[in-house]
Amino acid sequence: MQNVPDITVPAIDIEKIRKDFPLLQEKVYGLPLVYLDNAATTQKPQIVLDTLMHYYIHLNSNVHRGVHHLSQEATAAYENSRKTVASFLNARKPEEIIFTKGTTDSINLIAYSFGRGEIKPGDVVLVSAMEHHSNIVPWQMMCEDRGAEMKVIPMDENGELIMSEFSALLTDKVKIIAVTYVSNSLGTVNPVRDIIAQAHARNIPVLLDAAQAVQHMPVDVQELDVDFLVFSGHKIYGPTGTGVLYGKEEWLDRLPPYQGGGDMIKTVTFAKTIYNVLPYKFEAGTPDISGAIALEAAIKYVQQIGVENIQAWEEQLVDYAVQQLQQIEGLRFIGNAKHRSGAISFLVDDIHPYDLGELLDKQGIAIRTGHHCAEPVMGFFCIPGTVRASFAVYTTFEDIDRLVAGIKKAAAMLR
Amino acid sequence: MTIKEKQDELISDFSFMENWMDKYEHIIQLGKELPLIDEKYKTPDHLIKGCQSQVWLHTDMQDGKLIFTADSDAVITKGLVSLMITVFSGHTPKEIAESEIYFIDAIGLSSHLSPTRSNGLLSMLKQIKLYAVAYEAKSQSQKNGKEL
Repeated sequence: MQNVPDITVPAIDIEKIRKDFPLLQEKVYGLPLVYLDNAATTQKPQIVLDTLMHYYIHLNSNVHRGVHHLSQEATAAYENSRKTVASFLNARKPEEIIFTKGTTDSINLIAYSFGRGEIKPGDVVLVSAMEHHSNIVPWQMMCEDRGAEMKVIPMDENGELIMSEFSALLTDKVKIIAVTYVSNSLGTVNPVRDIIAQAHARNIPVLLDAAQAVQHMPVDVQELDVDFLVFSGHKIYGPTGTGVLYGKEEWLDRLPPYQGGGDMIKTVTFAKTIYNVLPYKFEAGTPDISGAIALEAAIKYVQQIGVENIQAWEEQLVDYAVQQLQQIEGLRFIGNAKHRSGAISFLVDDIHPYDLGELLDKQGIAIRTGHHCAEPVMGFFCIPGTVRASFAVYTTFEDIDRLVAGIKKAAAMLR
Repeated sequence: MTIKEKQDELISDFSFMENWMDKYEHIIQLGKELPLIDEKYKTPDHLIKGCQSQVWLHTDMQDGKLIFTADSDAVITKGLVSLMITVFSGHTPKEIAESEIYFIDAIGLSSHLSPTRSNGLLSMLKQIKLYAVAYEAKSQSQKNGKEL
């Protein structure tokens, strides 16, 4: 290891943490795995896997319906998870937490329901230039459907939003603003407090895509005063197919339901259906019960380590990675935001990101190459894609050293 | 050399390389040596669909034989393209259309390359065969004195 900084986060017992994740003990091509694709999905700690198994072995039953013992147990476990998520985000009430399939599903829910309830022809939806496709396409579909228009908050060469342009875009036509808290392709942390304050001054609600935020920094929805906030379970050490939508109670009460079906109804006749109260109004059908309960285990795992400690640890990793990577000849960062978190995107000379990614893979280093589901971002920088290294609580300085050595080796072959 | 002999030679070349980094090194070298395609052929018409990186392929007929030139924006892809061209260039459409291609599996490319890469390789193989079949059909119809 070169120049590894003093570890100044005593709460992070990295050896112990790494032992919690069975997959990190695996080898690829006979080499110890360096997993740096955490922005795509994180590995799962044993407690999450055990919780999934425990549910199916001891609790499996449908929720909210049965009078029998197991159903009550399953319901209690499912609703406890909602309480844990609510306290994790500091929501006022558990009813403000809706379980979904993931970030994409959460955004589709709001785009659909908000569109149907609030959007008229000629209205404007604001998104930013650095959104993931998940925070573009649902709004585009809704705008097409409602005769509304989508406008884009531009960014600069560093991958930071141009806030003066944002202010200029705020007109009475704007009905909702959907922006990412942290960019998945650039790692930029956006000035969301400023965005929310300016929006609220005009009574415009804001949705934050926190898919790349909640696992990296403390997020408090009351402190942010955000109207909607969404994230995926699988990016915060939980199971795939789980997600969360936080919405202020007054908004969720006001919006029409998304999907119809079981659980979201109070009474049904062929003449008229009366919808259920929050949160059930937005949870049609049997939910991912085991997933929600295992998501609670993941969040408790994060809380046990302390999200502030994770943030401090990862900030050191990001600083170290930037410092080491910039010493590689010909390497340039895509996105140079002053405030960044979790991910670093880069290119080396004119080496194609796929070539670099493939040779890193063969050295046991998992990174992501491509457009990261953010084609407009790649269009802005006129590049086919980037190489992205993204971090998690179990990432080590040695992982970054292996990455740097791997890039040097691959670049020497490819130049 | 026949298409079969060329494939056997490639398989033999690769069999001397012990690990995959060496094989990649060889593929990259081939990519760097690939004769450049005429810039005028780097158009959307010449792009091969199904490749994640861009691949342009151009075909010329010389003395009854097909000559392929190609380029890619990714050098590993260029190396793979070079393998294809080595095998097929300088053969008649009939030989290409009827050839059995086994070197990709024999070298282990299909199992070791990333799936997007090996899909691209198969798209390229398909495209080369399509060209050959089209030329073959054209020459058959000319022989028969018919307009295509």
